[in-house]
Amino acid sequence: MDERQLRSDLIGLLQRVAPEVDPGELDAAEPLRRQVDLDSIDFLNFLISINRQFKVSIPESDYEKLRSLDDIVSYLLKAMPAPSGGSGKASTSAV
Amino acid sequence: MIEVKLPSLGADMDEGTLLEWRVHPGDEVSKGDILAVVDTTKAALDVECWHSGKVFDLLVEPGRTMKVGTPMLRLLEPGENAASIPPARVPAAPAPPPAVTAPPAAARRPVSPAARRRADELKVSLDSIQGTGPDGAVTLKDVEAAAQARPGRDRAADMRRLIAAAMSRSKREIPHYYQTDDVPLAAATEWLRTTNLGRPITERILLAALFIRAVAEAARRHPDMNGFYVADEFRPSAPVHVGMAIALRGGGLIAPAIHSAEQKSVTEIMRDLSDLVARTRAGKLRRDELADPTITLTSLGDESVRAVHGVIYAPQVALVGIGQVRERAWVSNGAVVAMPVVTITLAADHRVSDGHAGARFLADIGERLQHPEKL
Repeated sequence: MDERQLRSDLIGLLQRVAPEVDPGELDAAEPLRRQVDLDSIDFLNFLISINRQFKVSIPESDYEKLRSLDDIVSYLLKAMPAPSGGSGKASTSAV
Repeated sequence: MIEVKLPSLGADMDEGTLLEWRVHPGDEVSKGDILAVVDTTKAALDVECWHSGKVFDLLVEPGRTMKVGTPMLRLLEPGENAASIPPARVPAAPAPPPAVTAPPAAARRPVSPAARRRADELKVSLDSIQGTGPDGAVTLKDVEAAAQARPGRDRAADMRRLIAAAMSRSKREIPHYYQTDDVPLAAATEWLRTTNLGRPITERILLAALFIRAVAEAARRHPDMNGFYVADEFRPSAPVHVGMAIALRGGGLIAPAIHSAEQKSVTEIMRDLSDLVARTRAGKLRRDELADPTITLTSLGDESVRAVHGVIYAPQVALVGIGQVRERAWVSNGAVVAMPVVTITLAADHRVSDGHAGARFLADIGERLQHPEKL
């Protein structure tokens, strides 16, 4: 998946939990929860929406690895299955 | 024919603004269906249906602000025929076929021409005005009074005022006493870890659900913490409706209820809690959730402070505050160990209970958290 698209999708999901988030103000390298003021339930709801949208299961023991937007992006890029017939690495040569 | 009127969606609500209809003329509805969404100073709230029937017509347009009690729509009772309906107080409203939106219809009432003109100038909706003239006619004076009383739709400012009034009343009327205790959470966090290991993310439980469950169970056994103080006497409540103080983005807070938490499992409470938080943040709560908590729990979250000493929501008589869970040095069996610990506080009403009772209640909550598997 295209990383830029992924970032913008993630910000979209974040805005569902925290509608006032301004993507321009967000520091992708800084911990998300304090920056955006997410409590544990907001954060869980955010992760659930990620799980639903990208079909990636996130064990609870991995939560602490997902502090910043950058963390989440790299976690997802590693974990995401190549979409069937899509643009995963396996198929890039065929395009 | 059933006329559905704008219900009061909270003790401090006397009007609401229709945001949207969730039904159309011709729709079959039954008890519990959501008919409309109405904006109030606190949140956008669903208006539920209390009858079964078929929507005949809608009497109010979205955007209208109306008083509590204003007729909003008409329902045909089961078996009732549209032909038997008295001519609508609506000019030329045909019995609308299903799936076709009826023209937005307003009840026709006598309005003096001067009043109509003035209403137009002031952008006041005539439907929201109670006429004081002959036959309920709306007079010029009524229109001007309505324009005066029209609230600014600044929800943040309205909410600030509501909180100010509620908290001032509480501190004026309730002789609070406060107690604090530290509770080790090794058992609770370990239980959560193993429980969540086998669950998909949508079913995982947060510590908050354990706190709610422990408070509910303790409140059931300590009835002088659970109920309302009204008219100089305490009325205990059998069910424990735990109000969860939820901060709103952009300021203010609401404490809607998790109903009958003493009868729910931790999993059910977790489900209710995430639903409640999502709907609170989205501004969509049901009226009973706002109206009836019997005790409140406030947890400022795990990125927050060590302890919170809260202000009781009158007419409730107790509020439990949960601080941040932190790893601290803890003495266990004669040795100092690193232990996840939370500071729990109680604010209770001294008219109803004494320090001894409060201490037992607090100890009960702490004790229950040592046996999460039994919660």
